[in-house]
Amino acid sequence: MKHLTEYRDAEQARRLVAEIGRVVTRPWAIMEVCGGQTHSIIRNGIDQLLPPEVEMIHGPGCPVCVTPLEVIDRALAIAADPRVIFCSFGDMLRVPGSRENLFAVKGRGGDVRVVYSPLDAVKLARQHPDREVVFLAIGFETTAPANAMAVKLAKREGLRNFSMLVSHVLVPPAIHAIMRSPGNRVNAFLAAGHVCSVMGTWQYPPLADRFRVPIVITGFEPLDLLDGIRRTVLQLEQGRHEVENAYARVVSERGNEAAQAVIAEVFTPQDRAWRGIGVIPGSGWSLSADYRDFDAEERFAVSGITTTESPLCRSGEVLKGTLKPNQCPAFGKECTPRRPLGATMVSGEGACAAYYNAGRFLEGSGTA
Amino acid sequence: MCLAVPGQVESIHEENGTRMGRVNFGGVVKEICLAYLPDILVGDYTIVHVGFAISKIDEASAQATLRTFAELGLLEEGLEELRAGDEVDGALADPT
Ligand code: SF4
Repeated sequence: MKHLTEYRDAEQARRLVAEIGRVVTRPWAIMEVCGGQTHSIIRNGIDQLLPPEVEMIHGPGCPVCVTPLEVIDRALAIAADPRVIFCSFGDMLRVPGSRENLFAVKGRGGDVRVVYSPLDAVKLARQHPDREVVFLAIGFETTAPANAMAVKLAKREGLRNFSMLVSHVLVPPAIHAIMRSPGNRVNAFLAAGHVCSVMGTWQYPPLADRFRVPIVITGFEPLDLLDGIRRTVLQLEQGRHEVENAYARVVSERGNEAAQAVIAEVFTPQDRAWRGIGVIPGSGWSLSADYRDFDAEERFAVSGITTTESPLCRSGEVLKGTLKPNQCPAFGKECTPRRPLGATMVSGEGACAAYYNAGRFLEGSGTA
Repeated sequence: MCLAVPGQVESIHEENGTRMGRVNFGGVVKEICLAYLPDILVGDYTIVHVGFAISKIDEASAQATLRTFAELGLLEEGLEELRAGDEVDGALADPT
């Protein structure tokens, strides 16, 4: 566990924690939606600094973790095609499919490349006109502007050898689904700062109203998170349910409108399956009719995908916040970041990996 | 992969009709797409995600964020992701 004195702004952190302790009178469960925030909370031991009444529940906001197994299996099949240069963000290479991962395909001679930006994939398509370049386009609203622009540029340049396997997910429908799920315990949300830097804050007041739930847009640093938690606890104790922007130095109400315009041109909303959770209506984006020519799913007809999850993995419960990672019997035993059984153990933003990397073995009712 | 790292715009140019710039992240300089921030100028700070500048920020908060990321070891991860693109550049340099 980290100590307050380790923070650069220890004095300010101490004051925020004290303020939370002063106002809290009842137990509250606060969900941070974003995996980046989960990572920061666990790494900094922020949940352990809080008064016992305040419980942090980790949400499904790790794009690597929620990409459906069916998409991974499809990616594996496409990447094994000798005509293809398959490009992906680095995190995806170790995500287990039904039988193997992208690293294994690469090991057998598949041309699988890690890119930093989807524009790198477009560049590869330009440089290799004789090859099919496929980009695995996953992510939340933060990543969508980049992926949308990549397709837009490919179309403008007439790059016929570029396509995307799209599996985009959206935060507001996920909040909706969590609030409506039976047995939901979440009383308030920390909304993801970088998602909102693109989309703005305007999508959230209807959700706060409808479910009478406070939503505070929050950054990633310890002080940002403590301030976001303080604001949600204040709202809960006062019976308010408002949208507050605790990350105004990055997020505006309207968001990045240039990015929203390109997203609206390139993508269209659709129902999307989330790994471990199931289908959430309207929770994803796929390529719009004008860009369907760039859809790798249509270009590479992969048939006969039958998915099988590891029978041990309980990441669905972890993603819904009903099971803490170290309560999973496989945690740290059959399942480690080196040999992950589920996607939540792969990405640094996944809750299982965050717990493992922070050495969180002892608490909870689970394993040693 | 959702981490967005703050950096400072060092120069701005056009490439195939798209607004691009060189952005400095605590010493590592990368080619970044600026199309979504049409008003950003040389010397400004922005947060960058997978090669795209998505939001302008002021210098003080950029520096504070960079310092925190460095303290947490997150900057190394962010920079590693930034360097991932170099594998592509390397592959491109290879004529095969
Ligand atoms: S610890 Fe491993 S097996 Fe258990 S839920 Fe997490 S990813 Fe799945």
